Amino acid sequence: MDRRQFLKTSTAAFSAAGAASAPWRRAFAQAGPIKIGLLAPLTGVVASGGKEMVEGVQFYLDSVKNEIAGRKVELVIEDDASNPDTALQKARRLVEQGNCHMLIGDLLANTGLAVANYVKGTGTPYFIPIIAADDLTQRQRIRNVIRVAGYSASAFTHPFGDWALKQGYRKIATISQDYTFGHEQCGGLAQVFTEGGGQIVQQFWHPLNTADFSPYLGQLADLKVDAIFAMETGADATRLIQQYASFGLKGKIPLLAAMNGTDQSVIRTLGEECDGIIAAAHFAEGSDNPVTQKFTREYEAKYGKIPSLYGFSMYSGIMWVAEALEKMGGKVEDRELLIDTVLKTELTGSPLGKTVRLDGYGNPIYDVQIRKVVKRADGKYWNVPVTSYPNVSQFWTYDPETYMKQPPYSRAFQGIKKT
Amino acid sequence: MTQATSQPMKIAGMTPRAVVVALVVLAVAAALPLVLTNYQVGLATEMLIFGVLAMSIDILAGFAGRTSLGHGAIFGVSGYVVVYATAQAGLPPLPAFALGVIAATLVAAIFALLAVRTSGVYFLLLTLALGMIVWGICLRWTQVTGGENGMRGDVRPPWLVTHQAFYWAVLAGAAVVSYAMWRFVRSPFGLTLLGIRDSESRMRSLGYNVPLHLFIGFTVSGFFAGIAGALYAMFNNFVSPSTVALAQSVEGVLMMIAGGVGSLFGGFVGAAAIIALENAVSAYTERWQMVLGVTFILIMIFAPEGIIGTLRAVLTRKQR
Repeated sequence: MDRRQFLKTSTAAFSAAGAASAPWRRAFAQAGPIKIGLLAPLTGVVASGGKEMVEGVQFYLDSVKNEIAGRKVELVIEDDASNPDTALQKARRLVEQGNCHMLIGDLLANTGLAVANYVKGTGTPYFIPIIAADDLTQRQRIRNVIRVAGYSASAFTHPFGDWALKQGYRKIATISQDYTFGHEQCGGLAQVFTEGGGQIVQQFWHPLNTADFSPYLGQLADLKVDAIFAMETGADATRLIQQYASFGLKGKIPLLAAMNGTDQSVIRTLGEECDGIIAAAHFAEGSDNPVTQKFTREYEAKYGKIPSLYGFSMYSGIMWVAEALEKMGGKVEDRELLIDTVLKTELTGSPLGKTVRLDGYGNPIYDVQIRKVVKRADGKYWNVPVTSYPNVSQFWTYDPETYMKQPPYSRAFQGIKKT
Repeated sequence: MTQATSQPMKIAGMTPRAVVVALVVLAVAAALPLVLTNYQVGLATEMLIFGVLAMSIDILAGFAGRTSLGHGAIFGVSGYVVVYATAQAGLPPLPAFALGVIAATLVAAIFALLAVRTSGVYFLLLTLALGMIVWGICLRWTQVTGGENGMRGDVRPPWLVTHQAFYWAVLAGAAVVSYAMWRFVRSPFGLTLLGIRDSESRMRSLGYNVPLHLFIGFTVSGFFAGIAGALYAMFNNFVSPSTVALAQSVEGVLMMIAGGVGSLFGGFVGAAAIIALENAVSAYTERWQMVLGVTFILIMIFAPEGIIGTLRAVLTRKQR
């Protein structure tokens, strides 16, 4: 065989192989298993969080032996690649080709919003335990998009603002990643804090993936504030906490963080520099509640790490759907009934050790824990509750109708009360 | 160029054989929704849209010898304008569509003004930088673009809501647009672009205004990319910074290369191959990007002229 012949035949072979494995396979709807489409970013910037999302779901399904309401569960996992276009394409594939009865997942707000917009048209139930974009359960609510076991971005920073006031803080500066999730969390804190008489001295917005925080930290140090609120996720959170300590600010100015800033996914890799940071959240892995302790212990035994927000939320989210399905006898084909039942279901088995219910907008009502990062006996750091705000609504103490008349939090609107 | 006396009969500039081929391809494409599932019709729609984008890049790369890494941004600008016009400004879909295409053409004209005097690697870098600027604006101008979250809206007119109807509309659009592109590159003007590709200095000494020709070529190419972008916005009802990102431009260029640089219609083949591959492979492994990479290496080794180019070479060899 000469080279030309080799090229010819191998090209033919490759193209034939390509054609044979093409996706043109018809899938038929069947009455058999409950099909759940899980979208998680397994590649791209937030891939590590995505893997923990999958773990959370599988951890639950393993615990019920892959069976809900007497029916087998078929979990179809798709990678949304941390990209909204890909997420949309994969959602289409799960719904239209995979005939999934429901979708669950996505991590980044932009992927979740893209999929939410798509299921608005198809009516497929879509559960978002991680997507925190406020408006999905507020101003732009979509009925079949339900935040089971999730939280809206500003829901925990409202009470956090109140707590800051009670500590006697009067001046706070914020530093945050410059995107909607950051705007919303900072806005929640800023509104409650300023309405209670506090002052937001300055707000810094930095691009995602900032390597060097020294320009910001230098300015923050000179502001003479009582506390600093940092809204950071992922690698940015790690870097900010490290540089905060190496700048000598740790111990001088109290650092308050958004819950994702001291999530296990971040502090797992950190040492002493994360000690003592305060954050507000529904979940605190170091809680002394026996149910939470059991969950944390078992998760750690299985996956070798303390559960993060991602694992916890997906675990609770899929459990919520499962409890609803048990109530309705597993008739997952009836979408309307499923949506209604999920909305009415109160999650009893939550690792929070307390029953959780949804408000009238499809967003859960939690006891918000003010938690502190402390060292565990074995040297690992985790979050331990200091105090708690019971039954916090995503609208805080505001009337929902009036609250939703104000614009969504953005860089331009932080709800700061003019004095 | 004078007409040869024994010129064969032509219909709309095509030989009878080309007309037959075009009609058969169109008929087959139009019949696809009858046998495919909804999801596959969606994929086919995406292939057509990206095929148009790849072709628009090919106008520059294959015929003027200038590979642009800024077409994803032009494509995305059109999408942004379409979604903004319908969701925020409340325009009906068709005027929004037109606005999107106009905006893309304007952006392309600005790109062109800055880029036409360069070639080779400098052209590549300049278009890349311009594309990054557009991406940066879409990401940071939160009040208008929605920042990272992007914008959503119901962009499709009611009569195009079903997958099938939309597919046929896109197919009709793609057919018209590809015919227009084909006529464009074969027009006397298109031939001057070829001339510029082969020897810029010779074209200049023949008295052609090379920058002007490149400017027009770039703008026209941007116009077509804008059409693709507007269709994509209608397809997704959604637009976000990833639509204007560098990855989008690169994907367009890769589709064009996979189909065959300078083969024009190869754009469709490349788009179809890559989208099908993406979907087939990602069903089995999360490492699908790696498989895609290997495929590109294989294409470069075994079929450097792209799929169409290689097929053509094989066919002509058979005919001899």
